[in-house]
Amino acid sequence: MRQGLDLELVGLTKRYGDTVAVDAIHHHFGPGVYACLLGPSGCGKSSTLRMIAGHETVSDGSIVLGGSDISYLPPAKRGTAMMFQSYALFPHLTVADNVAFSLKMKGVDAATRRKKAMEMLALVDMTQYEGRLPSQLSGGQQQRVALARALITEPQILLLDEPLSALDPFLRIRMRAELKRLQRELGITFVHVTHGQDEALALADEIVVMNNAVIEQAGSARDVFNAPKTEFVARFMGGHNVLALPQGRFAIRNDLTRLAPQQGAKLDGRVTSVEFQGAHVAVTILTAGDQDVTAWVPEAQFFSDPKSPGDGVGLSWDEQALHPLRA
Amino acid sequence: MRAGETNRHLSGWLLASPLTLVLILFLVLPIAMIVVVSFWQATEFSIIPAFSWENYDFLFGSPVTYRVFGNTIKYALIVWAFTLGIGFTVAYFLAFHVRTQTWQIALFLLCTIPFWTSNIIRMISWIPFLGRNGLANSALISAGITDEPLDWLLYSDFSVILAFVHLYTLFMVVPIFNTMMRIDKSLIEAAYDGGASGFQTLTNVIIPLCKPGIMIGTIFVVTLVMGDFVTVRFMSGSQSANVGRLIQNDIALLQYPSASATAVVLLITVLMVIGILLRFVDIRKEL
Repeated sequence: MRQGLDLELVGLTKRYGDTVAVDAIHHHFGPGVYACLLGPSGCGKSSTLRMIAGHETVSDGSIVLGGSDISYLPPAKRGTAMMFQSYALFPHLTVADNVAFSLKMKGVDAATRRKKAMEMLALVDMTQYEGRLPSQLSGGQQQRVALARALITEPQILLLDEPLSALDPFLRIRMRAELKRLQRELGITFVHVTHGQDEALALADEIVVMNNAVIEQAGSARDVFNAPKTEFVARFMGGHNVLALPQGRFAIRNDLTRLAPQQGAKLDGRVTSVEFQGAHVAVTILTAGDQDVTAWVPEAQFFSDPKSPGDGVGLSWDEQALHPLRA
Repeated sequence: MRAGETNRHLSGWLLASPLTLVLILFLVLPIAMIVVVSFWQATEFSIIPAFSWENYDFLFGSPVTYRVFGNTIKYALIVWAFTLGIGFTVAYFLAFHVRTQTWQIALFLLCTIPFWTSNIIRMISWIPFLGRNGLANSALISAGITDEPLDWLLYSDFSVILAFVHLYTLFMVVPIFNTMMRIDKSLIEAAYDGGASGFQTLTNVIIPLCKPGIMIGTIFVVTLVMGDFVTVRFMSGSQSANVGRLIQNDIALLQYPSASATAVVLLITVLMVIGILLRFVDIRKEL
């Protein structure tokens, strides 16, 4: 197990002509964390990752790994390794040759190369496929090979560009558990780009939410989910209502929004839809001020006092469940 | 059930028949005719249908045949090497250095513009350029590089090969460019990420992935050069020979059986070359 290094982004900027893809972002990734860069497409998360990897030139600012500036080093000299979205396995090489590629480039002899490649394949449980070509593997298997190929360079930081997006939902859940296990075992930093908040919540020690080329909020998965600081984060993470109240705008979790009698309620309105979702029932209410609010009512509680569309209801919550949002 | 199956068979045959008919009429029959005629006998003034190995005996017994076939293969090899080198470089430039698709298409079309004129015109236009008092020689003399006009510029192997390379490089560029455009750019990044230098990426990733294109281009160039006779006739001033010229001479002398025999041997040679090439690379996935 290796000890990871600190990765720091200092005023990192990427411009393509007149458009700014990444706008002077600052962030510090602690050693050995699983970090997710989360955001909608076009928010700059992939550009950020590609700059860290060295596949995109830095327009301004710098990338500091373990105290040294790596912004202008070639990819292979940075101590990072990248796993590509489509895996980018070499179609003409076998699994073992793909994994050993970087060693071959370094001029390592064939026997050592093979031994090391087999170790890496064992790590991702793919030893029995060493002689196959990538086209003879399933998506999940290709991904494991891509992982082994990235890890054989013994990187300090593994960069993953939407690694799970090409997999079917069932495999995605299995592979994400595997990624988490590998990260724990290796103790290095993983920086994982994704647009799926469920993926980020499930995997990340630290979530960095990006939008419009800047970081909206960063913090532990629990903090980001429970206390979104901006309306964008609240809406993007899902499971939140954004309320405009006389005191300002607030985010409140759907499951902490309660239905109440109309008298003395904090807000009142009419039910517009009721959706049964298994463990809870999602009740959507159109309030007096024309706001859509969703309350997740535990299933048993709902059916003890069922509502139907058109019914008038009140809404209440605990004051500490409200999180003020930055304008 | 049974009737349905018969119908399916019948419609399958019917669908395949037009192309089969065309191939039989315009490919199989002419070749069969050439093979048949190659066994006939001929004198100065008559052609006698027969079955005789005379033409082949003469062909394989004559040292001229071996020299001419050797010369043909020499042309094919040298032209192949040059067209491959130039073609690969041009395709590489178009595919990897030209960033926008608009420019790629524009430059690619630019490569094809010479093909809007006839082969012969492009070839003959070399003659005034390379001749004894041509542009090339007068430029060399006025630049002080040589004192006398260079004789080997025209009507030599040099001019033949120059014309071949000029005529056929595009046949190398197109298939190689085509395979290069299919290479996922992230593969190049992945190679770079794995520490490969530009040259290592070329030899370990790009060239292996371009093999089918190189092979298709090779087949084009080799078959075109081996079957040619016009270029050799004009550019060598009838001083060099290849198999095509041998056949053409026989035809001029109305020696059809002998021409046919030479054609059959040439056909077999070319097929063998292609057979060997196909052993190296599976081009089926490219088609």
